[in-house]
Amino acid sequence: MASANQRARDRVTTALLHLQLLAVAVVVVFPLLWVVGSSFGPGGGLANAGPIPADATLDNYAELFTQTDYGRWYLNSLYVAVLNMAGSVALSALCGWVFARIRFRGRKASMLGILILQMFPSFLTAIAVYMLFLNFGLLDSLTGLALVSIAAALPYNTWLMKGYTDNLPASLDEAAALDGAGRLTIFRKIVLPLMRPMLTFVAITSFTAPWMDFILPRLLLQSSDKQTVAIGLFQLITDQYANDFTTFAAGAVVLAVPITILYIVLQRHLVTGAMAGAEKG
Amino acid sequence: MTTTTTSATPASTRDRAPRGPGRAGLPAAVPGLASALVWGAGQLINRQAGKAAFFFAGFAGTIVWEIASGNYYAGMDFTARANGGFFIRGLWGLATLGTQPREMTLTGLTEGDNSIVLMANGLIALLTLALLAVLWGWSVRDAVRYRAALNAGGAAETSRAYFRRLWEGSFAYIVLSPGMVLLVFMAVLPVLFGILVAFTNYNRDNLPPKNLVDWVGFDNFATIFAVPSWTETFGGILGWTVVWAVLATVTTYAAGMLQAVLLASPKVKFPRMWRSVFLLPWAVPAIVSALVFRSMFNGQFGPVSQWLVDLGITDERVYWFTDPSHPNLARAVALLVNLWLGFPFFMALVGGVLANIPESYYEAARIDGAGPVQQFRHITLPIVQRTVMPLLVLSFVHNFNNFGVIYFLTEGGPDNVDYRFAGSTDLLVTWLFKLTLDNRLYNIGAVMSLVVFVIVGAISVLNLNRTKAIREL
Repeated sequence: MASANQRARDRVTTALLHLQLLAVAVVVVFPLLWVVGSSFGPGGGLANAGPIPADATLDNYAELFTQTDYGRWYLNSLYVAVLNMAGSVALSALCGWVFARIRFRGRKASMLGILILQMFPSFLTAIAVYMLFLNFGLLDSLTGLALVSIAAALPYNTWLMKGYTDNLPASLDEAAALDGAGRLTIFRKIVLPLMRPMLTFVAITSFTAPWMDFILPRLLLQSSDKQTVAIGLFQLITDQYANDFTTFAAGAVVLAVPITILYIVLQRHLVTGAMAGAEKG
Repeated sequence: MTTTTTSATPASTRDRAPRGPGRAGLPAAVPGLASALVWGAGQLINRQAGKAAFFFAGFAGTIVWEIASGNYYAGMDFTARANGGFFIRGLWGLATLGTQPREMTLTGLTEGDNSIVLMANGLIALLTLALLAVLWGWSVRDAVRYRAALNAGGAAETSRAYFRRLWEGSFAYIVLSPGMVLLVFMAVLPVLFGILVAFTNYNRDNLPPKNLVDWVGFDNFATIFAVPSWTETFGGILGWTVVWAVLATVTTYAAGMLQAVLLASPKVKFPRMWRSVFLLPWAVPAIVSALVFRSMFNGQFGPVSQWLVDLGITDERVYWFTDPSHPNLARAVALLVNLWLGFPFFMALVGGVLANIPESYYEAARIDGAGPVQQFRHITLPIVQRTVMPLLVLSFVHNFNNFGVIYFLTEGGPDNVDYRFAGSTDLLVTWLFKLTLDNRLYNIGAVMSLVVFVIVGAISVLNLNRTKAIREL
């Protein structure tokens, strides 16, 4: 009897459990479904938007690439993202490795300096950079934006790389040094391959960040053909509110899909990387 | 000064060194003083021609730079503004922020001083001078030390050997230099510049090159902390920012933990599928999600208001983010949207920790008669808490500065008539953004930046003290 009772109670908890999961799943999926559905819906305002379009069309996507500068913005974002990724990975790997493995005068002072710099939220420097660029006529440059982005994230990334390199065994380096390998060779041939998980983390985060960053491009870019996707999307939804929502939806989907896939595929890297960042090694 | 015992040693040094170390028994202070006056002179006294040339090149370079970039041959009365070079004019600009406003004359607009360009140039000149001061100090110290070592009987070293030693020891600096140069120009310089702006009247009423900007001391701080309308705005926004940061962190953490614990239950069918679905809000770019929610909660056309009317829950449409009489409604919705955005990250994190708790802990607890609730409270919670704690602090700081959710969702709305340039959901950062970009109150914005930095910095320092980072430094 007791076991039958127990089994019945188990079944109820299992059912309740799945009910909760289902409810959360609906809340999670609905807004996403809503915007995807709207992007395929017949063109128009917010009022006609819905999760399941009556007659699906690709008109909104066609309009997105012909009526707006979306293609241009996308390429701009790609340019900044690639530059940011390459620069961030190269600089932070080199700096992190030097701080972890080489003892030199001023090491502690510069690491402390970087730590303090990292506490300045990046938009604070962004606003100062804006005032400087404004007065020196340097605004509106995508390369400039990439350089500022690299610098803004460099302190944090350097600490990540340093913490990770600290935990790598030094015996391999020492053996190679005895064999007469130069320091840069050791870095390239031995340390760099071992750093791959952290390199991947920094590469993904610095590649995806420019797609979503708003403050820096909003401050540093001005002309319409120099915008990034994030700014463009924001303008699509604020400037032509409620009468061109479906075009915005199409743009949102085109931006979100690649990044979402990247995140889901590489989720384990991203979560462990964030964890390492919080503990700083 | 010199004793008989020390005067004996240089004689023996002279025997060993191929080139004489100079006059025997010279007090170390003499070459030091010489180098302090003319860089490299001390090294010349020490008979190290190569080093002397190196330091003297720095000395001469500085002077030539100043003269060549200045206007020293104009033959008029010398003024820093008209004749000064990179350093003199730079420092003059930093001190005065310009003296000659742009004027309308018969021949058109005159070339006035641009205070902000002057300030930035002055800052660069000051940084360069600081760097040169290091070189100067190095030259003096080197002259003194080398002399003292000689006097103590040390062997003479040729300049060539010294530079080779220096080159080998500077590998770290060479590798670091690209990153550090970038940091100095794109991060340190802007930070210093931002701090300076907090002490000026650089705002929409004083825009260079039309107007001159002046130093105003602590007036801007006084404005924020003493002028009632500013103080009220600042206090109100700071209060809401703290409430927001605490609630946003706690709710996302609690919900993430709940979902992770439920998913970890062996009763769940297809746990991987559920997990992937729940991760979607984390994977979708936050700017996209926030803008989508902004549309869904649009008062006039958004679907959420429509459903409430259709279901008969409300009589008329709800203006979630624009109705000034319900600021807390907007705040609550913002927190809910943030919960949607933030819980998956903590779910993934806690899920990872849960997977690593040995099953034997729970078995032991069950043998001792502990129920599921007790197991959770005494095993799961402490272990998770310990691992996740640093991330909670990080998350608090992130939410304190969570520009994205607020700006994209509400743009700070609904309007608040008691606030200066801010709405009811504005955080310090979005207010700062509006002050700077929309209202061009750069000086007030700079003060706010400093305030945010002090708050965030204090929290970060407290957090860092507990982590390994500081101890390993």
